[in-house]
Amino acid sequence: MTIEIFIDILLLFMLLLTALFIQRMKNLFSAVILTGIFSLLSASLFLTMDAVDVSFTEASVGAGIATLLFLGTLAQTSSTESRPQRLPVMALVVVSLTGLMLIYGISDIPSFGDPGNPVQTYLSPRFIEVSPREIGIPNMVTSVLASYRGYDTLGEVTVIFTACVGVLLMLGRGRKRS
Amino acid sequence: MIITATTIAIVIAMAIALVRAYLGPTTYDRILAVNLFGTITVLFISMFGFMTGRPDFLDIALVYALINFIATIAVLKFFEYGDLSPGRTPEQERDI
Repeated sequence: MTIEIFIDILLLFMLLLTALFIQRMKNLFSAVILTGIFSLLSASLFLTMDAVDVSFTEASVGAGIATLLFLGTLAQTSSTESRPQRLPVMALVVVSLTGLMLIYGISDIPSFGDPGNPVQTYLSPRFIEVSPREIGIPNMVTSVLASYRGYDTLGEVTVIFTACVGVLLMLGRGRKRS
Repeated sequence: MIITATTIAIVIAMAIALVRAYLGPTTYDRILAVNLFGTITVLFISMFGFMTGRPDFLDIALVYALINFIATIAVLKFFEYGDLSPGRTPEQERDI
């Protein structure tokens, strides 16, 4: 257990280091390459927290598609960072305030993996006991996704469909019309 | 014990690859470093799975290895042609 915490600390330290490197990079092409490393590190961290699906999404979207989009943008513009006209004080204030609010927001959520969490005390046992009889699907994950939170899944599918249509409208115009 | 030591060694290798990606004088060093980092991540996932007693992480590591090369190919293509969709002649551009 302690060795996992040690690995988590090492990975988080490297994540912080990568963020500082990205910020210091003046060559945007190198910065794009470093963002790939950043998302691979985040994927490893998600994996150590047992969120395998999130980790997988981060690796494919962050290291795969986002790098492609950044490079496509660089192909249209220049690949060196221009010097800012003045020091962006307002942006620093906004970022600091948002960070403080987020830290304040996580102060009263239950700790990670705590057996006394509301989700462990009554929600999971109820699904395990009742859902095969109530819904009639043997797989509990499927019954939660498709029935208990069916509206949520419908919303997610709508969002993905809209995104797909948008991407196809933007990219699919290269086809020749006869 | 030996698996734990290997996992720690892999994390240290990650740090070394990260330093190379930052210092790296040429762009090729950086491309190689990020490719190496992806490979080390695949190794890390499989070793972490064995360390925590879940060898089924190996399947996830395999899929990581499959998607690992996409970004590298895109970066190299960009570097070679300066664009992501080369090979279009001006006549084809006019059709669009």
